[in-house]
Amino acid sequence: MTAVAAPPLAIEARGIVKTFPGVVANDRVDFDLRQGEVHALLGENGAGKSTLMNILAGLDRPDAGEVLVDGTPVSFGSPREAIAAGLGMVHQHFTLVPSQTVTENILLGLDRPRFLLRERQSEAEVAALAARFGMRVDPRARIWQLSVGEQQRVEILKMLHRGARILIMDEPTAVLAPQEADDLFATLRSMTREGRSVVFISHKLGEVLAIADRVTVMRRGVVTAAGLPTAGATKADLARLMVGRSVLESLDRTEFRPGPVVLSVDGVSATNDRGLPAPRGVSLDVRAGEIVGIAAVAGNGQSELAEVITGLRPCSGSIRIGGTPVANESVGSVIAHRVAHVPEDRSAVGSAPNLSLTDNLIMKRYREAPVARGWLMDDAAARGIASRLKDDYAISSPSIDTPVRLLSGGNLQRLILAREIETKPGLLIAVQPTRGLDVGAIEAVHRLLLGLREKGAAILLISEELDEILALADRVDVIYEGRVVGSFPAADADVHRIGLLMTGGADEPEPAIP
Amino acid sequence: MDLTLVLAAGVAAGTVLLFAAVGEIFAERAGVLNLGVEGMMLMGAVAGFSTSVSTGNPWLGLIVAMVVGGLVALLHAVVTIHLRADQVVSGLALTFLGTGLARVLGEGLTNRPAATLPHVTIPILAEIPLAGPILFRDQSVLVYLGFLLVPLAWFWIERTRPGLHLRAVGEHPAAADAQGIGVYRLRYAYVVLGGVLAGLAGAAITLAISPGWFGDQTVNGRGWIAVGLVIFARWNPIRAAIGAYLFGAIFRFIIDVQGVHSILGIENPFLAGRSSTFFLEMLPYLFVVVVVILGSRSATRQRIGAPAALGIPYVRGERGV
Amino acid sequence: MRIRLEPRVDPARWLSAAATIGAVIVALVISGAIIAFVGGDPILSYLHILNASFGSVGVLSDTLVTATPLILTGLACALAFRMRLWNIGAEGQFLLGAWGASAVVLAGLLPPGTPAIVYLPLMAVAGMLAGAFWGLIPGLLRARLGVNEIISTLMLNYVALFWLQFWVFGPWSESGFQQTKAFPREAWLPRLSDFSAAVPGLGGLTVHLGLVFGLIAAGILWLILERSRWGYEIRLIGDSPRAARYAGIDIARNVIVVFAVSGALAGLAGMSEVAGSVHRLQDRISPGYGFTAIIIAYLAKFHPGRVVIAAILFGALILAGREIQPSGVPAMIQGIILFALIVADTLVRYRLRFEGRAPAAPAPTPPPGATASGAGGPAG
Repeated sequence: MTAVAAPPLAIEARGIVKTFPGVVANDRVDFDLRQGEVHALLGENGAGKSTLMNILAGLDRPDAGEVLVDGTPVSFGSPREAIAAGLGMVHQHFTLVPSQTVTENILLGLDRPRFLLRERQSEAEVAALAARFGMRVDPRARIWQLSVGEQQRVEILKMLHRGARILIMDEPTAVLAPQEADDLFATLRSMTREGRSVVFISHKLGEVLAIADRVTVMRRGVVTAAGLPTAGATKADLARLMVGRSVLESLDRTEFRPGPVVLSVDGVSATNDRGLPAPRGVSLDVRAGEIVGIAAVAGNGQSELAEVITGLRPCSGSIRIGGTPVANESVGSVIAHRVAHVPEDRSAVGSAPNLSLTDNLIMKRYREAPVARGWLMDDAAARGIASRLKDDYAISSPSIDTPVRLLSGGNLQRLILAREIETKPGLLIAVQPTRGLDVGAIEAVHRLLLGLREKGAAILLISEELDEILALADRVDVIYEGRVVGSFPAADADVHRIGLLMTGGADEPEPAIP
Repeated sequence: MDLTLVLAAGVAAGTVLLFAAVGEIFAERAGVLNLGVEGMMLMGAVAGFSTSVSTGNPWLGLIVAMVVGGLVALLHAVVTIHLRADQVVSGLALTFLGTGLARVLGEGLTNRPAATLPHVTIPILAEIPLAGPILFRDQSVLVYLGFLLVPLAWFWIERTRPGLHLRAVGEHPAAADAQGIGVYRLRYAYVVLGGVLAGLAGAAITLAISPGWFGDQTVNGRGWIAVGLVIFARWNPIRAAIGAYLFGAIFRFIIDVQGVHSILGIENPFLAGRSSTFFLEMLPYLFVVVVVILGSRSATRQRIGAPAALGIPYVRGERGV
Repeated sequence: MRIRLEPRVDPARWLSAAATIGAVIVALVISGAIIAFVGGDPILSYLHILNASFGSVGVLSDTLVTATPLILTGLACALAFRMRLWNIGAEGQFLLGAWGASAVVLAGLLPPGTPAIVYLPLMAVAGMLAGAFWGLIPGLLRARLGVNEIISTLMLNYVALFWLQFWVFGPWSESGFQQTKAFPREAWLPRLSDFSAAVPGLGGLTVHLGLVFGLIAAGILWLILERSRWGYEIRLIGDSPRAARYAGIDIARNVIVVFAVSGALAGLAGMSEVAGSVHRLQDRISPGYGFTAIIIAYLAKFHPGRVVIAAILFGALILAGREIQPSGVPAMIQGIILFALIVADTLVRYRLRFEGRAPAAPAPTPPPGATASGAGGPAG
């Protein structure tokens, strides 16, 4: 693709500067996108990738610099103006209305039809467009019925229906299983074949090399490599450009010395919020001093499994903690069995946003001395504990009276882990413990989890990051559509095979439905 | 007791609830809970009535009532949409404000006669057996306006482009915003529309259905009943209409039944004039509770519940609906 | 020009107090303008209110009598609102409490001449039980069936009023009037004037023991809300029900208990009113105490100590307002104060930014370290 006569530029951004209070998100950034190419934008969380793309897509205005689309200077005041110029962005968090159909979502905000909704006609248009780019989507389905991968297709269709010739995809594979990612790549290629261009934001080196023609690397708001052809690049090169140091996180793991079984789940089934079966007859064991990783694509019942074990969701089947049956016990009694829980939604479930650090840190121990004194609470004791944990776990915050909604994601997660680990749990259920955190914070969370394992706790780690599971777990259980479809010691785990199992491409017969 | 007359009067009484409930449906479908319906209705009632008293023109009164209702709702809109105040508290404040202000402005209007809106019989339709006399004979023009409003409101919400945008704003404002739909603009528009319809409902009382000004007894909780009806109606104008007419009939029935002297030879069967009529008068309010219980349960079961973003201020750039 | 709201990271303490006082002043100015608009004299009206409520020991005592039910109903609301339970039903719970206390006297179960030491505790318990029962209904509906408590409590207010009217007009009517016969002296709460024989200065002072009930209740509620484990649970549920459930707290049980206690407080207010002030049950026993309580709780930021202060101010407003024309003025002032408080609250939580040009996206991208969560932070 590095031909002498390079194709014309679809986007050219020159000298983009954008500052937010206290941080320079983009420092004189140059970026260009050729027609018909996939151009990856690589960088860690916080490197300034999304800021740059938000500027291109009309969500933000730069403090300085200029943007040209098809050679014409533009200054988009809104995403609508950007899309009118043929530039559409698919965000990491979809902006779809769950209660409306695929077609209604695609029509949303358009000038046409003028007044009356002609549903049949629009549905046919949507179906035709989907077929053209090899996307399988039912135009009449309601969004809440769709998988994450299908929802992403709706977002792409929405942009194509609006005539997007340039598509910006913000970390599109973060929510996809490997095979879904392959489908996405096929769609993107069919788009570039038509002369459309794609900006592909990612922090995963492998997929950047797989899909992109060129790559631009950013670090802390600065471009460290501009428009590098991927043909000759290696992962090591990109990693160095991205992080500025060796990336391979070295985790000190002690030898795996499993103790007795702490958590024993046997034939557990439950329904999700929509009343559909989520975990379907799941059985697994977690031993003391062991981390069991659950590998599954979002929405396969693993979140519900965590809720079932922690008492937040009713279930059928048997759950034993240290031999005691706890299925369908109250959350309080599960906590009393020394079960700690790092929930998936750390800001809405794991913490009370407007309450102070102190209040949040005593959430699991306010019933016991020294915080509790009869039916009263000992304020001084609570504050003492909070101060100590704040220091021990390096929770960065002005004071222990600060409401926790003001904490960054990494600090909030440290707070939750501090609280949970300090209950000296026999079992920890950790769900997506590093989602949305930056590299430093991820490393801190990983060290805390391994430290807890060393102390002999049993840990059930549910994560959509396969790399994270492989780095931490002693054993990997793969869950697909609510069933355990494979279980491997981490040492023998084969990424490709796990990926297949996670997406239902099982190579052995599934257990029959009882 | 002539059942036809009772039902016809019930339809008229239900029209008041209907306007208020449909207005609240619009506001809530846009994601803004406005509990101030009672206050807005009282303001509309007093504005319409006093205009009619002083000008002798009930039509002018109707328009003034709608404008006043809209203005009062605008206050709620500013406070909840721009200033992100709690919609529950602001709605309650609106009720207090509307009630107090209406009493202040209505001082001296009691027992004053005002010109009321005309009653009309629709020539051919009134001859339809059973339904004709109930729906189309000697009804206030506002009753017919109600007949028109319901299908229009439903059609607007479910079958048009502006309706699609309205639903999106109430379900997922961030998604609507991303598509260039002005979330604030639409929310303002529909909250004000809700106020206009509440003002209309108030004026429907004082200028058409039961003319006169009786202080805060004029509306007497009907605004709150309308709010309850919205839950019962699952945010659907047609179901709201059914509920409103049903309630109207119950209200009328309770009043009329007290005048019945004998049924099947039993003297004074409903103990009218005795203190037990208080139990009859409780019924509509108890019925709302029952209706809300049923509404809450079926809503959760069928996942056709409240608009997802109802009650949540929208701030661009904050994630989660 | 655009107005933008930026969250204040750490609002100063004085700001909140200043905003509350400022809101009340602004509300009084606006109300004054409206009074002038309808032909009244606002300054005279306000002077009249001041004079008629704090002008002498006698009227101050009357103010405290009016404040007594407001303190108790205000506490009832403050407790429920802390958990973000919108108990709008303090009015109905008050009426039921008044009815329950009256039933002890009027049901004729106690022989004439029963001493006050038997009467009064029985009345207080009956009033609290009746109020608690009336609070339990919406509490159970909310906890078990997810029924919106605003609607149910409001409707139950009307039901309570008709229930009361049935008894007042019917079985307990004093020869057809809309009131019952006066209670015997043994069923009266002691008043300051009762001791005028010993201390002549107390003559004519109508402050009764109900005020002490209110102050004790405020003290206990303060201890519960600020210092107890239950108060912590209420705070946690109020801020984030999902986090509370995660912390092992039984939310349904707390909803029911809080509603019952809230109802009992309002019921005690009803008892205190019939036994301390009116000495009989009548149709219009409450000029909307249960509704004013909502504003009081809000003005006090759900803080029991401040409920007492706010209740005294509103007691003055209601007492003096009885003589002000037009008659809706006190209700109107209450509504305007509540609105002003809401706006003031926003100004405390957010900083207003005026911007000359319309920006592309007024998204207040918060600085790193001040974001709500990782997922909501400035990505990329």
